[in-house]
Amino acid sequence: MFDLDRWQEIFNAIKQNKFRSILTAFGVFWAIFMLVVMTGSGNGLINGVTHGFKDFATNSAFMWANRTTVAYQGYDRGRQWNLTNADMQTITEEVPEIDVLSPRLQGWNLREGQNVVRGERAAAFNVMGDYPQYRKIDPCTMPWGRYINKEDIDLKRKVCIIGEKVYEVMFDEGEDPVGINIRINGVYFMVVGVFKSNNPNINIGSNKKETIYLPFTTMQQSFNYGDQVHFFGFTAKPGVNVQGLVDRIKPIVRKQHKISPEDEEAIGGFNVQSELQTMEYTFLGINILIWVVGIGTLIAGAVGVSNIMLVVVKERTKEIGIQRAIGARPALIVGQILTESVFLTTVAGFLGLAMGTLVLHLTDMAITAAQAQAPPDEMTFFMNPEVGLPLAISALIMLILVGLFAGFIPAMKAVKIKPIEALHHE
Amino acid sequence: MSNSIIKVEGLHKSYRMGTSALHVLKGIDLDIKAGEMVSIMGSSGSGKSTLLNILGILDGHDRGDYFLDNIKIQKMNETQAARFRNNYIGFIFQSFNLISFKNAMENVALPLYYKNISRKKRNQKALEYLERLGLKEWANHLPSELSGGQKQRIAIARALISEPKVILADEPTGALDTQTSYEVMDILQEVNKMGITVIIVTHEDDIAHRTQRIIRLRDGIIEMNKKNGHFQAAASSEVFSTT
Ligand SMILES: Nc1ncnc2c1ncn2[C@@H]1O[C@H](COP(=O)(O)OP(=O)(O)O)[C@@H](O)[C@H]1O
Ligand SMILES: [Mg+2]
Repeated sequence: MFDLDRWQEIFNAIKQNKFRSILTAFGVFWAIFMLVVMTGSGNGLINGVTHGFKDFATNSAFMWANRTTVAYQGYDRGRQWNLTNADMQTITEEVPEIDVLSPRLQGWNLREGQNVVRGERAAAFNVMGDYPQYRKIDPCTMPWGRYINKEDIDLKRKVCIIGEKVYEVMFDEGEDPVGINIRINGVYFMVVGVFKSNNPNINIGSNKKETIYLPFTTMQQSFNYGDQVHFFGFTAKPGVNVQGLVDRIKPIVRKQHKISPEDEEAIGGFNVQSELQTMEYTFLGINILIWVVGIGTLIAGAVGVSNIMLVVVKERTKEIGIQRAIGARPALIVGQILTESVFLTTVAGFLGLAMGTLVLHLTDMAITAAQAQAPPDEMTFFMNPEVGLPLAISALIMLILVGLFAGFIPAMKAVKIKPIEALHHE
Repeated sequence: MSNSIIKVEGLHKSYRMGTSALHVLKGIDLDIKAGEMVSIMGSSGSGKSTLLNILGILDGHDRGDYFLDNIKIQKMNETQAARFRNNYIGFIFQSFNLISFKNAMENVALPLYYKNISRKKRNQKALEYLERLGLKEWANHLPSELSGGQKQRIAIARALISEPKVILADEPTGALDTQTSYEVMDILQEVNKMGITVIIVTHEDDIAHRTQRIIRLRDGIIEMNKKNGHFQAAASSEVFSTT
């Protein structure tokens, strides 16, 4: 296998058909190069998209009230109804498979003019009411202070936590915001923390960076929302299907608010789990496409290698005849042709792998550089294009198989050469 | 058991050419003793090469029996045929048939490569044979850098290196001038003196006259098979190392 005489023959054959060898090897090179670059780009897309919600509770859903679309029990269609504190209570009691349930208020009527004021500074920001457990659904870090806690809720404290953008506008860089009062729609609240979401790409209701969170109970009271709940998020306990819980919550709410069981529109919702699943299928589709194209190209490359090996066998007919006459066994000739074919594909493929990885690396560097320049608000949908070791290893195995496959027909042809006929061959 | 190295009885060989068949050998009987030096003569197309190829198991025969070293040669697969060739037979061709990208030493060593002998060992042995044929200083030259006589001597070294029982030479001097032809014949006679059976196909009388026996083929049968009255034994043992 590693005898010098064998390699001498391979290098000689390649040297004698330099141009043709390079051309055919290019087919395999290109196939692997494309496969690597495409897989890497696909991974880049997946990394970029999933990075935006890497910490978000994937087993979660959100639900809210919409106008009814079906007349029911004396009520006309088009009725506006509201979720209430009592609904939250009932749902929590009747659906024990819910892990955390977090009611939310969305102060869409509050963002008007410059609703947030601190001394000379004034700007427009969103205001939302939240429970401490919301952090379990949408985890965040606290660059300053703390999150909303139970006492805030119980005592209806006039405190707030603010998004990164709010901090930037209302405070000097590096200034400690904790303990400072700001006026929100005419009411003073004390800042107790600055939050930075781990999932900047998922924004439900408002851009989190430009949002102020108040304790839910404080907000209900201060801004006259009564017992309204604008929407709520919940997570399922481990192993529980989220859609199953949605389907159990809906009848409870329908019954409370006299909504027709046929009314599919009245209760709005967003199931993070199933959305993620859809996205995963999309990614799978992208990957399948990449492999189909890549393998198609590789097969074309293999046909090229097979072709040049046929030429090599034909050109070496006499030589093979001589070798056979002086005692070379057919197996040796077959091994020779196969080694040559595998060598050609593997070398070309590895160059493709190396070049592809290099291109991905350069792309990665360019993206990182571009991101450093871009405004921090911009969402990223492409990052860390990469191919892993498994791809490299499967590529190697694939190349060897392709080489064997490409060399098979030429090798069979070489074995069929009869020594005497080959010796007559000039 | 006789001391025949090659024994052929009623050998027939046809080449199928499309629908018709060309009957080339039409019943050959032959008995060559171990250590003999024999020439096969005959006009062009009389079947000399065909017979030699069958004796060398490069080709099969249709009818009749062939015993090589008292072993009956029957239809066999290529792997078995290769083993026989490697162990019993050394070939020398008119056109030398050296591998163009291998140097002299590597060409000579090739049969040992097929016997899975390590590169170091086989190259060492190849050098010994090259030295005996006076070509040691040409060991690292490619065939294209050598004269016809030198190439044929390398081919002879290659035929000898696997220590065969029989050397089959198909017009070994056909491509050489007279002087060089005689030198090659000197070497083949020397080889024969070592006890190796030598069979030479030729159509040159002076070459044939340097063998012990001349077999003349005509139209696929043996026309004449007799001891050579003009036989000249090898002049001296030093020919083996003339340059
Ligand atoms: N492989 C072959 N296929 C068909 N015909 C062949 C083949 N080899 C030789 N012949 C024919 O057989 C006859 C004998 O050929 P050959 O043995 O080479 O003669 P010689 O060596 O005496 O000149 C010739 O007519 C030749 O054309
Ligand atoms: Mg002939």
